[in-house]
Formats: sequence, C-alpha cells, structure tokens
Amino acid sequence: MAAFKGTSTKVFGLNENRSALPYLLLLPGLLWLTLFFIVPIFSLGQMSTKVSGGETGEFVQSYRFSNYLDAFSASQEQFLRSFVYGILATLIALAISYPLAYAIAFKSGKWKNILLVLVVAPFFVSFLLRTIAWKQILGEEGPVVSFLRTLHLISPQTSITSSAFAVVTGLAYNFLPFMTLPIYASLERIDPRTLEAASDLYANGFTTFRKVTLPLSMPGVVAGTLLTFIPAAGDYINATILGSPANKMLGNVIEARFFKIVDYPAAAALSFTLMAAILVLVTLYIRRAGTEELI
Amino acid sequence: MTLDASTSARGDLVLKNLTKSFGEFNAVDDLSLVIPKGSFFALLGPSGCGKTTTLRMVAGLEEPTAGSIFVGATDITDMKPYRRPVNTVFQNYALFPHLTVFENIAFGLRRRGVSTAEIQSAVDKVLNLIELPHLAQRKPNQLSGGQQQRIAVARAIVNKPALLLLDEPLGALDLKLRRQMQIELKWIQTEVGITFVHVTHDQEEAMTMADTIAVMNKGKIEQMGTPEDLYDSPKTSFVANFLGQSNLIPGKVIGSDGSNMIVDLFGTKIGVPKTRNSATGDSVLVGIRPEKFRISVEGKPTQGNVLSGGIVSDVSYIGVSTQYHVEMPWGKEVIVFEQNDDDEEMLRKGAKVVLSWEPIFTFALDSTENSSTTSI
Repeated sequence: MAAFKGTSTKVFGLNENRSALPYLLLLPGLLWLTLFFIVPIFSLGQMSTKVSGGETGEFVQSYRFSNYLDAFSASQEQFLRSFVYGILATLIALAISYPLAYAIAFKSGKWKNILLVLVVAPFFVSFLLRTIAWKQILGEEGPVVSFLRTLHLISPQTSITSSAFAVVTGLAYNFLPFMTLPIYASLERIDPRTLEAASDLYANGFTTFRKVTLPLSMPGVVAGTLLTFIPAAGDYINATILGSPANKMLGNVIEARFFKIVDYPAAAALSFTLMAAILVLVTLYIRRAGTEELI
Repeated sequence: MTLDASTSARGDLVLKNLTKSFGEFNAVDDLSLVIPKGSFFALLGPSGCGKTTTLRMVAGLEEPTAGSIFVGATDITDMKPYRRPVNTVFQNYALFPHLTVFENIAFGLRRRGVSTAEIQSAVDKVLNLIELPHLAQRKPNQLSGGQQQRIAVARAIVNKPALLLLDEPLGALDLKLRRQMQIELKWIQTEVGITFVHVTHDQEEAMTMADTIAVMNKGKIEQMGTPEDLYDSPKTSFVANFLGQSNLIPGKVIGSDGSNMIVDLFGTKIGVPKTRNSATGDSVLVGIRPEKFRISVEGKPTQGNVLSGGIVSDVSYIGVSTQYHVEMPWGKEVIVFEQNDDDEEMLRKGAKVVLSWEPIFTFALDSTENSSTTSI
C-alpha cells in the first residue's frame, strides 16, 4: 500500500486526494457486489419464508421458518451426499494436483510454462462439454472400462457410468485446475535456499518435504481445497450427466424444486442451508489449518 | 540414529584437484587447498571467480566435476549434504519462515534425534551467545536483518559442525552493522573454535576477520596467506590490486646492493628488498602502495628511493588523507595517499613534485603479469 500511495502522488499529483483513492478504486467492485450479490441474497432470503399463494408461481410472505426444516428433512440424503462427494472429489483432486504442482514448480525446467498452459487448457472447452466428454471416457466403449475389464478389476457386466464413482471423478476432473494452480503458486514462492538449508541441517529429501516444503505450501493447499470443495459441493451438472437418480446431490434437488416443481421457497431455503453449512465447514477448516499468517 | 560423518568426521578441510565445469566453462579449476582445523579462513575474490561454487561443493549442494574433498581422513566428496559434518550460513540467511527462532535453531538437532532437554539447553546457550534469548518465540519475518543474520549463524553453530561455511553472510547488511557483525563473528569463532570458511568479495571484511585468506580469480587460487602477507608481498598484480591499491611500474633488475636489488625504473635507480621480490627474471613490476609514498615539492631534501619529475594532475581531499594523482615523466599516473597529519599546505594541481619512499616498502612482481597502474 505504501508503494501504491507513493506512485499515486507522482503519477496523478493528487496529493490531497490520496486517502480517497483506495475507496474510489473499491467502488466498482462494491457496486457490482451490491447489485448482483447482496440484493439477490436478500430477495432469496425473503423468498425462503414465503408460502404458496394458491396459483403456480405465486407466493406470499408469511415468515414461515419451518420451510427450512421441511425442505431439509425432505432432502437429508442428498444433502449428506453433496458433502461426501465434495470431500471425496477434493481429496482426489489434491492427490493428483500436489505431485503435479510439485513437478511443475521444481522439476519441469524449460517445460514449466507449457505445463501450466496445459493445466488451464481444459477451460477453453465449456464445462458442460467436458462433463459429457467424461461420460464418453467412462462409457461402455471408452478406454477406462476396457482397461479395467482386461485387468479383471471389474466384471464384464459392471459399468462405471451412472454411478457415484463417475460423479466423484467427474467433479475431481472438472475442478482440478482450481486445486493445481494455488498449490503451484505457493510452491513456486518457496525460496530454494530454505530447502538447501534443510538438507544442510541433516534433513533428507523426505524429511525436507515433510518439515519445510509441505508446511510452506499449506496456504496453497488450503486455497486449492476451498476452491475445489465449495463449487463441487454445490454442483449439480456432474450428478445430472454422470450419475443415476441414486446419485442426486443437493444442487439437483434445488434445481428440481425451482424449475420442475416451481417450489421457490423450498429451493431458496435449501440454498441458504447449503451456503450456511459450507460456511461453517470452511471456517472450521481454516481455523484448524492455521495458515492465516502464511497467506 | 546412526553415528555418521556429520558427528564423527573432524580435522582439516582438504580439497584435492577440485574442478567444477558448467559446459565449457571451468568455474573452479583444479583447486587444491588445505584449511587447518580451527582457523578462520576467507575465500576472497570478485564475483564469478568460483568462490561460492567451491563453498557449495564443500556443503554438498553442488557436485564436483572432478577432484575430492576430505574432512580429516573422511572423504565426503560423494556424501549427501545432510550427512556432512558441515553447516552453512546462507547469503540471504534462508531461515524457515514457518518456524519460530527457537525451532529454526533446533532444526538440525531434532533431525539428529537429540533429546528435548538437550535441545532446550543447547538452543538457550547459543541464543545467549548471540545475545537474542528474548526472541526465541518470534518468527523470522518479525526480525531485523542483523538479527536474522545472527539466528542464521546460531542455527548452524548449534550443531557443532567440523566446519562452518559462510556465503557472503554480511552482504545484505548496511556498512555500520556489517562492521559490528565482522567483530561479532570473529568473536563467536574464537568462542566456539569451529573452522570457519568465509566467502566474500569484500577485501576489508576478509582482512578484518580471517587468519588466512585465499585470493581466488578465474577458478584458481592466486595467492594464499595471512592478511599482512598478502598486503605486503603480493605475488601477482591481481592480488596487488584486489587487496587495496598498488602502483605497479615496469623496471629492469640491473644489479645488487647488499640485501637490496637495484632496479632501473625509466632511468632512475631504486632499491627493492630481495625478500620481497617474487619475480624470477630481470623484467619486473615494481610495486609501491599509495600510502607509502612521501610527496614533496621539487627541491626539498629527500631520502630512500626517489622518483622525480612528477606533476600533480588531480587532488582529492578525503578527510584522513589527501589523494593525489601524479603524472610521471614516462606518461603514466601514480596514486599517492598523504596523511593529513601535519600543517603542510595541500599541493595544488600542476605542482612539480618528487616522490620518495623507504626501500623496504617496495615489492617486485614478474612483469609477465599484466600491468596496470591502479585499480580496485
């Protein structure tokens, strides 16, 4: 901030306005958030306690907070599934991303930039298309099934689409870059001399990783898991395309309540419940990780 | 934990024909060196001379292309860095940002499985040695540069290595702090008795701290000796100019007079002590340090070696001394430092002067060495 202030004086010559400048810069973002986040959240909150006014799509406010309880008890199963799938997908993404990010940060040499582009490359294709492609990959004629059948890991009758497996791997696959990039960024920031210092102080490769590299990359791991878990837990595309009715997540329930049953209050109440649950979980997680001062 | 070289190997550090090549370029070129146990040794040289590469090979962070490294009788050439009886103080300290000062210092001890009680007392002791016991629970980024520097030293010496390597440890500190740390490091070395190998490009730093200095240039050692040796009897023009400044004037040995040899410098005969001549042939470079000259206006009585016919071409007053550039009859300038310790008037530009000095302050080098009047 100090550097920023110094430049503002020189460039704009606005010496007297320099304390106002940061607020001016915040203004567009604040306006955006107010219009497209705070206002909708407020109307969502209002909707969540309304009751049906008789005709389809007509609702009247009656502050019926038991909407929450009703909606929740009707979809406990999907609620739990959202969190289990979200956590599993996050763990899989972490297991794949950490070694990948480590290799890119420390071992890739001149290939570093190409590998980074490759990590982001899937984003050039739409989310929906990627998920449909994933269905093809896991499908009857796809390489995964024939490979697993050759190894006799699954029976010739078993298929892996329309299953929890397909949904979770789909989630992990779709959010992988959100995990890889923050971990890469925090690994990249580590001064290689601190790793040399560890080896100089009698730590072998594994101990150096455990005692220095891993703790120093925790901010990236925390950021990556949050960026993966939050959208994964709220996702409904993967469960729609890759799952069976037995794999519905809370997102699917909200979607159905909203578009099919046209029960806006229940959909709004479920949205709030999911948001609150994620917020609580994330807060506990960040407290536990204790990386505040490293971020 | 197994007893390995990191605790058992002790003794002199011996480098044998050590070479490190990066492609065609020899960063360290067939270097052989013995650093006696318990000494404070400085590797001094300009950047790119191979001194840091040498240090990193001793630490195990760089693999030698050829040659071997011993500590006492133990060959550590192919040993992993974490098994070597060597600790390093890194240039930018490389403290662990996620650990407290206490845990930074305890890092090496913990890796070697030292008991918690012993770690506590060892860390406390070394924190007292560097006079920062109150900072034990701080994180490195809450400390000043000088404090971080001392923690880096503490983190290394707490392990009682056979050898402590210091890679430009004072480079990031300001001049005043650097002076203070030089004295402190020297004191710590005397206190703990560990061999210190100090890499620096700062000749003053090397001379203040080290018992022995090796001056490195282009991957080789130019000359090794005590600071006094190197300053008084440089063997090459590189050393003569890297440690302080020297006036080097080409001459020819034409005879002998007792303990002096007689050298002809553009027609003037001067005496050079035979003991300070490192040249083998008759063509020599005669060296005189700028502060050894006496400068006086023409016509005043002089003694010792005398060079006349100089004209002052530049005068700069720098407080403790006045620095004169004097144009000599053979067309080159010499530099003279005159102490401002008398009430004689400062000489002006254009003044005709005579330079004189005691013959014992003269040294002679082989003239095949490239000559230059002065440089740093």
